[in-house]
Amino acid sequence: MAAANLLEFDKVSVEFEAGVLVLDQISFAVPEGQTRIILGAAGSGKTVLLKTAMGLNRTCAGRVSLLGEDITDKPENQLFDIRARVGMLFQDSALFDSMTVAQNVAYPLLNQKSIQVPRDKMEEKVRESLRFVELEHALVKYPSELSGGMRRRAAIARAVVTGPPLLLYDSPTAGLDPITAHTIMALIIKERDMDNTTALVVTHRYQDGNLVANFRYNPDSGTLDPSGDRATNTVFMVLREGRLVFEGAQTELEACSDSYVQKFVKKPEMAA
Amino acid sequence: MLASGFVLEFLKGPTLALQDFYLLTGRAMRNVVRQPHYTDDIKLQMDSIGVGSIPIVLLTGFFSGAVMALQMGRALQQYGQTGRTGTVVSIILVRELGPVLTALMVAGRNASGIASELGSMKVTEQIDAMRALGTDPIQKLVTPRMIATGVMLPCLTVIDDFVGMVGGWIIGKLLYDLDALQYWSQTWHALVWSDVVQGLLKPFVYSFVISLIGCFYGLRASGGTQGVGRATTQAMVAASVTILILNLFMGLIFVKYSGN
Ligand SMILES: Nc1ncnc2c1ncn2[C@@H]1O[C@H](COP(=O)(O)OP(=O)(O)OP(=O)(O)O)[C@@H](O)[C@H]1O
Ligand SMILES: [Mg+2]
Repeated sequence: MAAANLLEFDKVSVEFEAGVLVLDQISFAVPEGQTRIILGAAGSGKTVLLKTAMGLNRTCAGRVSLLGEDITDKPENQLFDIRARVGMLFQDSALFDSMTVAQNVAYPLLNQKSIQVPRDKMEEKVRESLRFVELEHALVKYPSELSGGMRRRAAIARAVVTGPPLLLYDSPTAGLDPITAHTIMALIIKERDMDNTTALVVTHRYQDGNLVANFRYNPDSGTLDPSGDRATNTVFMVLREGRLVFEGAQTELEACSDSYVQKFVKKPEMAA
Repeated sequence: MLASGFVLEFLKGPTLALQDFYLLTGRAMRNVVRQPHYTDDIKLQMDSIGVGSIPIVLLTGFFSGAVMALQMGRALQQYGQTGRTGTVVSIILVRELGPVLTALMVAGRNASGIASELGSMKVTEQIDAMRALGTDPIQKLVTPRMIATGVMLPCLTVIDDFVGMVGGWIIGKLLYDLDALQYWSQTWHALVWSDVVQGLLKPFVYSFVISLIGCFYGLRASGGTQGVGRATTQAMVAASVTILILNLFMGLIFVKYSGN
């Protein structure tokens, strides 16, 4: 059965203006436990792909199934229960700027109908999630008072607070300095290894993918260790102008002779 | 053939936009009777749209009433009828100027405010985030604003009417030496039921114009901060013009069916 696929695209096309395909016949499947790194130039359709996976965009052809349910033609009000089991980090964090960080993180707990959290457990959950991203001290701050990296972390806290089995990260490291970017990637790997989540990670930086593929979170030291013989389930995917031009493991990616694909690949020793 | 194609292409944009607007209106109305109700948001909007508009409504009401008494008093003086200033001021305020000026002021303040708030949320993906996190943006953002404006605009209009009468009285007293008792009993007796109905129905209708046009342009914003600015201006202009046009039509209907 295909039930083990948390996300499945079957020849999906998306267009906003007639005749301009932003996604062109994309097909792939994400089995449980896999982390998928999505590379691609600016404007290649990475954000649109993630939004389509969540049913935030309408498709013009093909089928999308999310957590085993076909969401292609579902009306919006039937999508909420499925979306409640997916966490999404938006490209610009998309924190609600009229609310504090704590209120932002509590938002999905309060508003997802299928998630029942007793009122008295709410604060504990919010704190736990913010502790996970090491932002517990910023509870009552407003998003405008945070730095870009802190905002990204708060948005990750909001995405993981409901404990979803599938996470979609849109450019988690874009526009951040290398140290902060590493911290964010460490959080994503920590989330994967602590909660066994499946994830799609959009990025421009090959080293992010390299980290995900070859490192594991060490709960004792709180750092990333080389995964060694405990190989991770990581697949790379490259988008070019809405088309899927590469899909495969890291070794295949590095061996790929396509010049567009090669542009995204940096040798690991330069990366980590 | 070419020309008709061009005309069709030219009309396509506005037609599609109008269709979207009807869809938004339909959904927002339907949500009034649907769960969940965001009562906190309704209260918040009532405060910002209603209470927040009181100063501007006091000012417009006072000065429009005063200037009307000034001009009407002078015109009536020619017939030796300055004493009837109260009647004229009261009828014009309640039927026309109160509703339309209040609506225009609130449109300037809130249609644009709503459009810029929702527009910023749109371009920073907060609207998508809302949908991803289990809330329907129309239920959470549009319906509360619609309800809040629908409740508050008639109230604001009543305030505006009253303050206008006060302004008219002060001018009448200072310039034409009107008797207070005479003025106030005239303003009261001049009004018949249909004036009051008209004076409250109009703002109720305009409230939907203000809130829905504001939300519509906000939710359609695209293209960064520039797009938000554009949406803000468009919302204000569209709301004001629609109010002025509707005002004439509603006036015509009332004249035809109530006989005054
Ligand atoms: N709502 C929309 N309406 C119209 N066009 C859109 C919309 N969203 C995206 N596009 C178009 O789709 C294409 C892909 O955009 P997308 O945001 O997915 O790029 P991206 O790969 O995420 O780029 P970046 O790395 O810069 O974030 C772009 O050409 C963009 O103009
Ligand atoms: Mg993007």
